[in-house]
Amino acid sequence: MDLSENRRKLKHLYSRAGFGAYITDIKEAEGQGVTYAVDRIFKDSFDYSEIKINHGAADIKNYRAERKNMSKEERQKLLKVSRQNIAKLNTTWIEKMAFDNSQLRERMTFFWHDHFACRNILSVYNQNQNNTLRRHALGSFREMVHAIAKDPAMIFFLNNLQNKKQSYNENFARELLELFTIGIGNYTEDDIKNAARAFTGWSIDLDGNYKFRRVQHDFGTKKFMGKSGDFNGDDIIDIILDDKRTAVHITSKIYSYFVNENIHMDKVNQLAEGFYNTDYDISALMKSIFTSDWFYNKENIASRVKSPVDLLAGIMRQFKVKFKNHLAMIGIQRALGQIVFNPPNVGGWVSGKKWIDSSSIMFRMKLPEIIFKSSDIEFDFKDEPLEDMTGEFQMEMSAADKRLYRQVKTSIDLTGYYNEFSNTDNEKLINGIAGFIIAPEINEKHRTLVYKYCDSSSTENMIESSILNLISLPEYQMC
Amino acid sequence: MASASLMIPSFLRDLQASQGGINRTFAESGKKLVIVQLSGGNDGLNTVVPYKNDIYYSSRSNLSIKENDVFKLTDELGFNPGMEKFKELYDNGNLSIINSVGYPNPDRSHFRAMDIWQSGSGSEEYIDTGWLGRYLDSECEGCANSHHAIEVSDSLSLALKGEKRNGIAVQDPGRFFYTSAENFFSDVGKIYKEGNHPDEHNVEYLYKTVVEAMSSAEYVYKTSKIYESRQSYPNGEFGKHLKTIAELIISGIDTSVFYVSLGGFDTHANQKGRQENLLKQMSDGLYAFTEDLKKNDRLNDTLIFTFSEFGRRVAQNASNGTDHGTANNVFLIGGNITKPGFYNSAPNLADLDNGDLNYQLDLRDIYATLLNKWLGADDSAVLGGSFNKLNII
Repeated sequence: MDLSENRRKLKHLYSRAGFGAYITDIKEAEGQGVTYAVDRIFKDSFDYSEIKINHGAADIKNYRAERKNMSKEERQKLLKVSRQNIAKLNTTWIEKMAFDNSQLRERMTFFWHDHFACRNILSVYNQNQNNTLRRHALGSFREMVHAIAKDPAMIFFLNNLQNKKQSYNENFARELLELFTIGIGNYTEDDIKNAARAFTGWSIDLDGNYKFRRVQHDFGTKKFMGKSGDFNGDDIIDIILDDKRTAVHITSKIYSYFVNENIHMDKVNQLAEGFYNTDYDISALMKSIFTSDWFYNKENIASRVKSPVDLLAGIMRQFKVKFKNHLAMIGIQRALGQIVFNPPNVGGWVSGKKWIDSSSIMFRMKLPEIIFKSSDIEFDFKDEPLEDMTGEFQMEMSAADKRLYRQVKTSIDLTGYYNEFSNTDNEKLINGIAGFIIAPEINEKHRTLVYKYCDSSSTENMIESSILNLISLPEYQMC
Repeated sequence: MASASLMIPSFLRDLQASQGGINRTFAESGKKLVIVQLSGGNDGLNTVVPYKNDIYYSSRSNLSIKENDVFKLTDELGFNPGMEKFKELYDNGNLSIINSVGYPNPDRSHFRAMDIWQSGSGSEEYIDTGWLGRYLDSECEGCANSHHAIEVSDSLSLALKGEKRNGIAVQDPGRFFYTSAENFFSDVGKIYKEGNHPDEHNVEYLYKTVVEAMSSAEYVYKTSKIYESRQSYPNGEFGKHLKTIAELIISGIDTSVFYVSLGGFDTHANQKGRQENLLKQMSDGLYAFTEDLKKNDRLNDTLIFTFSEFGRRVAQNASNGTDHGTANNVFLIGGNITKPGFYNSAPNLADLDNGDLNYQLDLRDIYATLLNKWLGADDSAVLGGSFNKLNII
């Protein structure tokens, strides 16, 4: 068995199916091969734990109903606590991506968070939606769509509370078709109108749970995608999912995210066929991707530009980085332009090259040093208003907030790398380490450059500085 | 005092030659467009105040601005008390006010509304490039560097991101230059410059961007050193950023678009003093900026455009503030405004959509005008459709 070939494949697998690997994860699997590792990854992701934080004063069920009985100060305080909670949810999740065993499930949850992109001011709703996505992340896509259509955060975000038979609101119906399922070009404006009618009355009760409000629902006949009947929202979802084009659309998106942005349509159609025939079994789809030979083809390796969260969670996972000041993890996300629980719009985040511009590339290359040396982030955060659903309070970052977001204090554990490389001579060291942590090939010029800036005062310093310099190269932005 | 502009060309010629030939046709016209983004949703009705309108006063019992406090412009409209200097620009024929700019089916979320303004999209489409980024794509195809559009900030806004080309974010030319010039980074750049080009096109793109960033950082920094402004700008970040832009323009930088933001306009509570302060910063800052340019003969080539992601509701709320609204006024400022003053009539407060103003002009009409009539660009290629152009510049 070719160990270096195996290592290359495992590195690829872990970076796509998870957020990268600590050196010992790769060492452990490389004697066994890729199939073993895939099984292992699925097994590790079978069990999972939900994200649960203490919501304190913001632990309420239905803000819209309860705010009526609250004073202005109480409301203000509640929203402030909720905002702090969302920051806590953010960093809790980033740490889960970085340290949890079930990394495939976290990767998939993150993918679905981008797919069903949503924002809400209430931390409880964010937590619940995140756990709903996590629960279905490797299950049935059909069940996930049904669940998300009844998810309070989504019902708020896409205005389904305002969707009543007396006055329709098409927002949810439109995004369901355009972004969440079948994709643009496969339905008409009339289909949207009729779908919106079917979702009338899909609302929230006083406990903050989904509630079907009969009086708001339009029980009339709807014509939808060539069918006609007294459809409700569940019927609409099933009709969309019974159309094979939905399987093709979702599979293309998964292919583009997990395999290559340059989509190979034959492969997508083949995968979509399987996805459709298993009634949208996400695990089966992902398994056929990760166990295929072509997933490990040269053109798919190191072809993906890491998103900011990939980069941050990846560094944390590969080098066991812990942030003592949690808010710095948010500061880094802000500086790089991707904040979890805060996608730019319902279309989700950009991808690929779109992440890279002259300023972001310099910050990305500087980031390893900031993290390894615990130096402050030199970055002026833009004065952006924070969303406030009720439009009641102005909520902008204070100067003190901004200072906290900039303070980086970390601990790093490179023991695995020290153990592996303490007896390696300097000639082979840099390429040896790169074999575990960098996706693209490193050539002699890189090696010379990395070596030039290494600290050879001790073996450990040599290893640490090699790692730091390697991950400061543009190549580290790829996975 | 020797005019700084006389000394510039030779410095710049050397600098540009060392850049390996910047696309000269790009900024040949020498026209500069400065975009000022007022983040948070500026309340347009308390910016340009309809001081004779009863509906205005009855909708805003604690928040309306009294007739005696406004700077009167016409017999019905006047500026917020913070905008004394804007009155001067108005009187000098350097300012044009366009009322009720918006778009169909307006969105009241900061994020989404800002997306729509920055991308120049309709409210029902999602475009992940910005209108100025697409301008670079279309007009600056052969440009070697990214400094043709500069945002004074640490991160680049969507507005300046194109499909193929991006602008560059520079908060502080010195800091950006010194970071990019760190030995490690310049050695990374050298790997690429010495002809070691990676096969993978995305890795190649990363290196290209690094090299571009370094050369733009050097160019912007060195250019910024050519002219040091003596104009006094108001204290604070916004004034500082405008000064940076003025220095770059007067130094003859090969940049056609500048982008700068002033935040804090999300005035849901206790709006009056806060907004007045912000408007004063805007007005004093832009006045100083135009004075600086005028003294150096650059005001005629410069056009300033201010916008906010939405206006606010006509009626005030219970916290002496205003909530998110829709259409809003925008300003154009420069030495070359052919129709100064009010471009169109004041918003009709008797004809509201659910308590919000109806729009009269699509924001893409404004963009088409700026692109076509000011920058000489193919506006329909950039905006993906044909929009009306205003007779204003």
